[in-house]
Amino acid sequence: MHGARTGAILLRHFYLLRGSLTRVVPLFVWVAIDIVLWGFITQYLNAVSGASLDFVPVLLGAVLFWDFCSRVMHGVSTAFLEDVWSRNFVNLFATPLTLTEYLGGLVLSSMVTSAVGLAVMLVLATGVFGLSFLGYGLAIVPFVLVLFLFGVALGIVGSGVVLRLGPAAEWFVWPIPALVSPFVGVFYPLATLPPWMQHLARLLPPSYVFEGMRSILAGGTASVGMLALGAALSMTYVVLACWFFARVYHHALRTGLLARYSAESVT
Amino acid sequence: MKTVLSVAGLHREYGKTVAVEDITFHVGPGEVVGLLGPNGAGKTTTISMILGVLVPSGGAIRIDGADLATERSRALSRANFAAVHAPLPGNLTVAQNLRIFGLLYGVQGLSKRIDVLLAQFDLQALRDVRCGVLSSGELTRAGLAKALLNRPRVLLLDEPTASLDPASARDIRTKIRAYAAEGEGGVLWTSHNMYEVEDVCDRVLFLSHGRILLEGDPKTLPGRHGKATLEELFIAVAREPLALEGG
Repeated sequence: MHGARTGAILLRHFYLLRGSLTRVVPLFVWVAIDIVLWGFITQYLNAVSGASLDFVPVLLGAVLFWDFCSRVMHGVSTAFLEDVWSRNFVNLFATPLTLTEYLGGLVLSSMVTSAVGLAVMLVLATGVFGLSFLGYGLAIVPFVLVLFLFGVALGIVGSGVVLRLGPAAEWFVWPIPALVSPFVGVFYPLATLPPWMQHLARLLPPSYVFEGMRSILAGGTASVGMLALGAALSMTYVVLACWFFARVYHHALRTGLLARYSAESVT
Repeated sequence: MKTVLSVAGLHREYGKTVAVEDITFHVGPGEVVGLLGPNGAGKTTTISMILGVLVPSGGAIRIDGADLATERSRALSRANFAAVHAPLPGNLTVAQNLRIFGLLYGVQGLSKRIDVLLAQFDLQALRDVRCGVLSSGELTRAGLAKALLNRPRVLLLDEPTASLDPASARDIRTKIRAYAAEGEGGVLWTSHNMYEVEDVCDRVLFLSHGRILLEGDPKTLPGRHGKATLEELFIAVAREPLALEGG
């Protein structure tokens, strides 16, 4: 692995962000709108339900964590899509760049862009709506780690789908977080779900984060074993996502799709 | 014999269609070799395989001694290319593109190298201009600057002067010849401009239906096949390849 080549992918993304308001604004606007919307909803729910349950950490905290995961996923996919939009595959993959270095560059780009979104969400959620993260204690570290890794895995899979199916498949990438969210219990305990959905939920790492979060808010603790399972699953998915992307990439090299990507298919 | 590019038994099929059929050739240091042929002859397929963006069905490619199949990064670090079908990303400036590709190719002393190339290709005034707004001639020059970033041992040029006016095209040919004359790198050049090929290339390979039909000095090859000019020979290859086979 050559650090400068991974750095080149990150630098490319920095150049694009620096020169483009249309790329910078979405980094924080949608998550800010989400926090404001859910902030007021939680305030309203607190007002109408009495003091029995504080909805701010339950709902607003969940929205913040899930939006972070989504931003990580979109960060990876968007960095990849920049090469689709600029028809850059031949230039890029005719260099000594390896797939590991390329994916590493996408993940680094996503770390930067998702950190911007996270910072804006934290400022709004804590400053305007009084969300406190002290209650989560040290569990916040594995929470963020699991969601980050899962977001990375989703982003790489989404990129692989676009590489395999062509530029028009971009449409499949954006709704992936919305598709996953009902299964991971962002807003409700997994016990709420029908059994078949619960089975699927156990395979999805964010489920363990949101269950742990609710357990802490209910006065208990997050299960270390469950969080470790979530982390292990996340890492497994990152490995599987990289494997999937590599398979698609080598298929594109074998069939000639990479050299004629805009054709979407070479058959 | 020392070679910077060695292609042996290269073969590529798309289903039942054979795009490139067991071609073998080499490019030596300081040599400019023209890869010629009508549309669909297999030139771009051959170049895509040498660039590593298309896996051959068979055969081997060695770039400066490194096997592309087993030492991909090492081999590609010694090659570079400019092609009209793969322009630099239009949403980055000339200097930004050169910096990014310089990092990808592991160029030492990158800032200085970028300055030299910007001067060499008369791009200083366009340094901070996005490639997407350059004229086709300017974009070609920027692509050539990128192609020379890593002082490649193998330089692949796919119709590098296709969109240039005659004066600019001659200037580019002079620069590429000068690069080859330094003796370190070899050039594989595709063009449909036979005047240019005759002017620049030491040797030409005529591809037809994926096979090398003819090979030789562009100045003497037409006469050997009863043609007055390289262009006439090209037209004969395109229209009556069977008549030339074995020649």
